[in-house]
Amino acid sequence: MKNLRRRYRYSIILLKQLVKTDFKLRYQGSALGYLWSLLRPLLLFAILYLVFGVFLKAKGNIPHYPVYLLLGIVLWNYFVEATVGSVAAIVGKGDLIRKINFPKYVIILAGSFSAFINLLINFVVIAVFMIVGHVGVGWGALVMVPLVIELFVLSLALAFSLSALFVRFRDVTYIWEVIIQAAFYATPILYPLSLIPHKYAKVLILNPMAQIIQDARHVLVTNKTQTIYQVFGGDVWIWAIPLAVTLVVVALSVTYFRSRSKHFAEEV
Amino acid sequence: MSEEVVVSVNNVSKDFILPHEKANSIKSLFTGAVKRHNVQKGKETQHALRDISFEIKKGEFFGIVGRNGSGKSTLLKILAGIYQPTSGKVHTKGKLVPFIELGVGFNPELTGRENVYLNGAMLGFSEKEVSAMYKEIVDFAELERFMDQKLKNYSSGMQVRLAFSMAVRAEADILLIDEVLAVGDADFQRKCYDYFKKLKKDKKTVVFVSHDMEAVREYCDRAMLIEESRIINSGPADRVAEYYKQLFSTEEGQVHDNQENQQRWGSNLASVASISVEVNKDYITINETIAAHKAIDSCVAGFRIKSATGEHITGTNSVLENHKLGKKKAGEKYILQWKFPNILSEGRYYVDPTVHSSDTSQVYDWWEDAVKFSVRKNRKLPFYAVDPSFTLVERKVTK
Repeated sequence: MKNLRRRYRYSIILLKQLVKTDFKLRYQGSALGYLWSLLRPLLLFAILYLVFGVFLKAKGNIPHYPVYLLLGIVLWNYFVEATVGSVAAIVGKGDLIRKINFPKYVIILAGSFSAFINLLINFVVIAVFMIVGHVGVGWGALVMVPLVIELFVLSLALAFSLSALFVRFRDVTYIWEVIIQAAFYATPILYPLSLIPHKYAKVLILNPMAQIIQDARHVLVTNKTQTIYQVFGGDVWIWAIPLAVTLVVVALSVTYFRSRSKHFAEEV
Repeated sequence: MSEEVVVSVNNVSKDFILPHEKANSIKSLFTGAVKRHNVQKGKETQHALRDISFEIKKGEFFGIVGRNGSGKSTLLKILAGIYQPTSGKVHTKGKLVPFIELGVGFNPELTGRENVYLNGAMLGFSEKEVSAMYKEIVDFAELERFMDQKLKNYSSGMQVRLAFSMAVRAEADILLIDEVLAVGDADFQRKCYDYFKKLKKDKKTVVFVSHDMEAVREYCDRAMLIEESRIINSGPADRVAEYYKQLFSTEEGQVHDNQENQQRWGSNLASVASISVEVNKDYITINETIAAHKAIDSCVAGFRIKSATGEHITGTNSVLENHKLGKKKAGEKYILQWKFPNILSEGRYYVDPTVHSSDTSQVYDWWEDAVKFSVRKNRKLPFYAVDPSFTLVERKVTK
């Protein structure tokens, strides 16, 4: 343990400072400052709720639809922040990389951590919504812990790949924007999964993001949420698929990032 | 100085692949795959370092010298682990801190105080450790009143002071120092050199990259000279510095003031106003300024080079170089720059510049021994004034 601490001492020190710096600089010069961490998802929520909940009546038969929608948006928002925000992270720190040798993964990890702090702040808002909306919570809510870990790991792995790819191919930023947009609609965030024909729903729910969001809603908001478990008719092993997808993404990303990071100094 | 080797570099080479047109979009990746041939053409390999091997012992102050672009900074970055060598191995023992630049990671949007913590982290100090030495850092930089201001409001001198007072705190077994450290005003340079002295006294292992030969002579125990990506000389710092000077110093020729020994004559319609000679390893450049004292239609300007023994070695003039010196008004001045490969052998030379009328009937100015210069090479060729870098190949004659 002590050995481990010593080995990663430099990384930990750097990580702390990078996260702090990122937080200090994030809302610099804006009058509302950190409030924007809360306002952004809330405003997005207000718009989407108005359009999909009130005008289009996409809520179906879901109870507590506002909390249901907000939770989906907040989790998705984290995914977007952690991945899109990381694309240019390595290139952005090029000046540093060219002048000092340090573990490059710290840059990406710092980005994920500062997005994660935002996520925690947003969870406070969700808690307020739940109290106001009289949403009851049981011990099942503890399932949120592994779900959030899955979300963190998946986003972090993608961040590694995207940032390393971006060093060589500047197209990555545009391609990822399009993919994110498509994935937003392919994930049941705005609409209940029950609105989708069953054979398509079976495919959509295999996406780890869809699985995470639906599972989170199931344990926190309403057990009427269609999770991967229900879609596949009660087979516990079905969870292995999104988890396997996540693990494959992690393995590929870590391998790719490690092999590229030695050459960042010459390429950025 | 102990016998323990703390830095060992074995047969290190570094190539940079320079794409002529950077292939950093996916489209060019695909089109590049189709047109393989063109892609090959579009790349150029630059050999930044070739087969570099050396060792540094614990407690040594080791200099790496060389001209700009010789590869010394690339070598420093390889030692620092920033670049990976293309081939060969680098071993370092102990904690190594590079100073390629001062104030790495400084962010202009943060305050001085916040930057101290950030830069401290870059140097490997935890927040607690930085807090413990915070006052000393600020005192040393003489910036107490400014620590809560944003760095972007600092003058560049203040930034350097803050960065330097961070740098001297670095705890390392091996320090890599680029010459950039010694920039700034005289007062700051003195601080830098005091720091070097302290490092030397503390028996730190230091790798110092520089082309300031005086600093190398003063602080380094040993040094090596890199030229065109290779080590061409290494040994005691004094000797290497001397060698460097011989090879690369550009010496300005000096105009004689000693009128008695000089011979100068002419009608003075136009004259040589001044003349200087620059010598480097590859070229000799003669700058000749001519001045017209009356309006003239045309003239011919030239020079001749003599050896120390008075032998005429070479010379030319504007007509021979197909250059027409046309109408000049009274009072106008022109600079003629003559450049030629430095094939002279080591020794001392004199230049006689001349200006005369275009039909050569009238001498405007003839100035013997106007300037002298010396050529230094790494060998001395006796008897002869021209040393055109001979090559010799021996081959056995077979029937």
